Amino acid sequence: MSSPSVLVLRAPGTNCDKETAFAFEQSGGEAQLVHVDELLSSSELLANHQIMCLPGGFSYGDDIASGRILGNKLRKQLAEKLMEFRDAGKLVLGVCNGFQVLMKTGLLDVDDEEGPQATLAWNNSGRYEARWVKLRSRPGNCVLLQGIDSIELPVAHAEGKFLVRDQSALNQLAASGRLVLQYTSAHASPAHSPTLKPAIEYPANPNGASADIAGICDASGRVLGLMPHPERFIFAHQHPTWTRLGTTGVGDGLKLFRNAVAYFR
Amino acid sequence: MLWEIDVVPLRAELDQPARRLLRDAAHYGMAESFVVASARVFLLEGHHLSASDAQRIANELLADRVVERAVVAQVGEGVLSAPPEWIDASHLAHVLPKPGVMDPVALSTQTAIVDLGIEPPLVRTCHKYWFGGIESETVADLGNRFLANDAIEQLVVGPLVVDHLDVGRPYTFDLKTVDLDALDDDGLVQLSREGQLYLQLAEMQTIQRYFRELGRKPTDVELETLAQTWSEHCSHKTLAGRIHYQGPDGERQFDNMLKETIFAATQQLRQKWGPGDWCVSVFSDNAGVVTFNDANHVAFKVETHNHPSALEPYGGANTGLGGVIRDILGTGLGAEPVCSTDVFCFAPPDMPADSLPPGVLQPRRVMQGVVEGVRDYGNRMGIPTVNGAVYFDERYLGNPLVYCGNVGVLPCDKAFGAPQPGDHIVAIGGRTGRDGIHGATFSSAELTSESEELSGGAVQIGNAIEEKMVQDVLLQARDRGLFTAVTDCGAGGFSSAVGEMGEEIGAEVWLERAPLKYEGLSYTEIWISEAQERMVLSVPDANWPELQAMCDAEGVEATIIGTFAPTGRLVLKYHGEVVGDLAMAMLHDGRPPVVRQAQYAPPEVKPFDVPDLADYTHDLLSILGSLNVASKHWIIRQYDHEVKSGSVVKPLVGKLSDGPSDAAVVRPVLTSERALVVACGMNPRYGDFDTYHMAASAIDEAVRNCVAVGADPTKIAILDNFCWGDCEKPETLGSLVRAAIACHDMSVALETPFISGKDSLNNEFSYVDADGARQTIVIPPSLLISAMGQMDRADQAVTMDLKHPGNPLYLVGSTKNELGGSHFAMVNQLSGGRVPQVDSVVARRTFAAMHTAISSGTVAACHDLCEGGLACAAAEMAFAGGLGADLTLNGIEVDSGGVVAKLFSESNTRFLVEVRAERADDFEQSLAGVARVPIGQVSAGDRLVITSESTRVIDAGIDELRHAWLTPLDW
Repeated sequence: MSSPSVLVLRAPGTNCDKETAFAFEQSGGEAQLVHVDELLSSSELLANHQIMCLPGGFSYGDDIASGRILGNKLRKQLAEKLMEFRDAGKLVLGVCNGFQVLMKTGLLDVDDEEGPQATLAWNNSGRYEARWVKLRSRPGNCVLLQGIDSIELPVAHAEGKFLVRDQSALNQLAASGRLVLQYTSAHASPAHSPTLKPAIEYPANPNGASADIAGICDASGRVLGLMPHPERFIFAHQHPTWTRLGTTGVGDGLKLFRNAVAYFR
Repeated sequence: MLWEIDVVPLRAELDQPARRLLRDAAHYGMAESFVVASARVFLLEGHHLSASDAQRIANELLADRVVERAVVAQVGEGVLSAPPEWIDASHLAHVLPKPGVMDPVALSTQTAIVDLGIEPPLVRTCHKYWFGGIESETVADLGNRFLANDAIEQLVVGPLVVDHLDVGRPYTFDLKTVDLDALDDDGLVQLSREGQLYLQLAEMQTIQRYFRELGRKPTDVELETLAQTWSEHCSHKTLAGRIHYQGPDGERQFDNMLKETIFAATQQLRQKWGPGDWCVSVFSDNAGVVTFNDANHVAFKVETHNHPSALEPYGGANTGLGGVIRDILGTGLGAEPVCSTDVFCFAPPDMPADSLPPGVLQPRRVMQGVVEGVRDYGNRMGIPTVNGAVYFDERYLGNPLVYCGNVGVLPCDKAFGAPQPGDHIVAIGGRTGRDGIHGATFSSAELTSESEELSGGAVQIGNAIEEKMVQDVLLQARDRGLFTAVTDCGAGGFSSAVGEMGEEIGAEVWLERAPLKYEGLSYTEIWISEAQERMVLSVPDANWPELQAMCDAEGVEATIIGTFAPTGRLVLKYHGEVVGDLAMAMLHDGRPPVVRQAQYAPPEVKPFDVPDLADYTHDLLSILGSLNVASKHWIIRQYDHEVKSGSVVKPLVGKLSDGPSDAAVVRPVLTSERALVVACGMNPRYGDFDTYHMAASAIDEAVRNCVAVGADPTKIAILDNFCWGDCEKPETLGSLVRAAIACHDMSVALETPFISGKDSLNNEFSYVDADGARQTIVIPPSLLISAMGQMDRADQAVTMDLKHPGNPLYLVGSTKNELGGSHFAMVNQLSGGRVPQVDSVVARRTFAAMHTAISSGTVAACHDLCEGGLACAAAEMAFAGGLGADLTLNGIEVDSGGVVAKLFSESNTRFLVEVRAERADDFEQSLAGVARVPIGQVSAGDRLVITSESTRVIDAGIDELRHAWLTPLDW
């Protein structure tokens, strides 16, 4: 197969669509920006693509709550088609607002009989914050994180605290290998069993997320949602200390996009 | 049915609004005394809305079950008053947006309800707070201080009493005329003020004569149109007018002051450059445009939104940024915004509440509101805010300044547009409401303690997502060539947008066609409303169907509201009736010239008593901790400064990203290595000495900030934004003219063209003090220079943090005893001294040499010297790099002032440079002919040590220096 085709979904208020498409193209994919209304009126569009990406931004202004309105739209009108897409062995990536949307679509397998096991809540600081974080990756079967142990990426959000409902839900997510991306710090102690409280402090954990969770995947490993922005680290000079490191060329964030494209080659 | 759905956090620690109120109250020592909990409230009104519908909306749309619960009941039911179980509450309060105020969440909720398959009800949102431990008067006090702003919101203490949500009522057409002919001069003046026209007597007389000759009375909409077009805000009549000036630089007679100073400098440069001219469009469009690469030009504009921000900081700043983004969208045939810059001036945030005059908002609240307003618009639009500055001075108390700027990219063949006769006048974007009426004329008036009551309509809240949708459709339509011209609806609304676009042709507008937010607007209100997020396009008939389909697909409303009829007249109709008919010539050229007097005499130079201490570490720490210098990370981190992925040098740099960058570097086009550099310069403190040197210093600062990170000094474009007091006063106008002359001189000498600018006059605040005397606070002369530089390759950029122990440090530029207006003087409460001046010949040579040194890779770190001089720059470079430095002052020559001048003088055109040790010879060679002196080296330690002779005049740990700089505004 040649270049996989990427559907980059945009909605009113999506604003990282162009650079996300650019990142896929830099990795050898062919990206197409599609408005959500167009997708809803012709859902067969999905069949033409191997990857679907929900980029960052403020879909529908994040009014009511982040990602809520777009998530609801997809869940109410497209759930079946999206499940088919995933079950057909295709990939789904949600970044930042896209992750917030994915949480509400059902694609990330976060609901049990009691309802959602987790949500993305307001940062502990109570405000929007933009900063770079260190992340530890334990990819398991997660396609997009293969070959990544650690990575630095920027976060930029107000509602990014991954808050798990209770300890048993957390244990379940951990046991099934779903907690693939966690905030870490240079001084982080070795891994122990996850707790609802963060193991590391602000700002290394920028929002107070349970178990320092920055991103999760679904049971199949083909759907990934994460708060940090890999598309903002596709060039070395996007790193905050590139002038100290003397780095040039591509940035580490590109690995995720390359993994996605390579999966179909 | 009128339903109320309360969304209540499940636990106290999830209750962000309550936590925020406690934080704010704690700042004033009030948090100990009370407990509080909050809920988000959605009011839904629909004939067919059943209880089960309301329950579904609550469960499936509004509440997040992991963190919230929903309470659903009809408005007024007791269950809605029950507080969460974790607080013992005795009082209830609600904060509601006033009717007609933009409520984006309500609009989105309405749309989202449709997705549930429920017929959408009317929706409004508000907030509910439960209080315990306090009396109801204290509830009202807290509510008014921290929760509700009377300009847009209403505080209701007690349960909510509402019986309907709809606003507006049917409008009955009634053509209003004004009997101008009957008025004497006093009557004209009175009409101008009471009708919020804010025109001068001579202008009112001209209008009176015009209609007398026509033999009819003007209609209200005709008067409003003239007032808006002739307003200071829209026509810049003071600065673009006739001025008789007398100053230290002699006597001059201007026919058009701006044209003969600032514009003239640009014209002179363009002629000199000939075929090498890189300006594309200057002082004519919504933004200045210069060349960038083979495919694209770049546009740059900075606007102010001071008066609205004084009354409602959040909404004022919010719509300020929204407005300048529309300027960029409305430049040429539409530019794509790529980054923003925002500069604010406030009174010190900790001024005690009881020291404030009536009608003034607490400065801390102003600052919070302004920052949040800019944050929410920029972040939602997805435009990185990459540069900014904040200046504090008590004189900004009643009149804070909010400068919002934006840079855009546009294809080379889309730089110009012109409507064609017969084109449709098409309005796209938001609907028209009663919001923002009289913004243009209001911004041209002085603020008073009653302004809030008088001009509440001029205050608005933006809806960034609406503007993002407009942007999405506009850029697609541009690339398809669907329109011949575009402009934004800013101050003056349709009146100024259509008036400007139709100036050369003529226009006929059918006012009843404009889509309205609610019923009841008169034809005049439709015409002058400044409702946000609207653009006007001129669209050839053949392209209309495609544009309409494109707008439909993006969910953007587009409406034909008239035609560019080749009549030379502006004709306004309402349901077929002519309500206004003015000659375009009268509108644009009919304003009578007024000759204004301007005088300037800088205060005499007073001696500066230089203290003679053995150690100046304490002074350095005080300067680092002074508000102007201290870290703005609390602001910067709330802005998305990396969206669009163009970031090369961020606002905070260094080992731990906690050093202040001189400028931002951004790649606007990801496929090109070429980068833009954005920076600014401003120093209102120097204006108290001489506005000429203030302006020259600001230009030098803006340019050297660009050069410090790697910009090519031969291609830096600058903007002027004058915020001044009442220029009817000859001394005030004189101080401005003096600054404008400096702008001219510097621009020509540095070959740095001004490409656009804007002024905001009458920044004064009047009130009656406790003794019944009228007091006026005038802002200091505040000239912001914004600079946009370019560099061939982004990877040539340099940051200011120290890099490697052992590298030599050079001071580039000459140090003089220029401590007048300095931060050293400020922290020691000293006055007098000489204000920094600029030797523009030396400056140009220095910038060129520095660029050679940086672009050839000899420089590891570079920082400009500004507030706090050498000592401050060295401290910032050290803690940003996590390294020490050992410096000596011995090699620095000063005419006088000794150690203090060497450490803290703010002389212009200076850099502190860390040179790569192995490239020191190359660096020296690049700097041939420019003053520079090696003053020490980077050390592996963690101390900054500066010696003079053999005395340690500064000796401090970098952690201590960083702490002093980080803490004052670490909110």
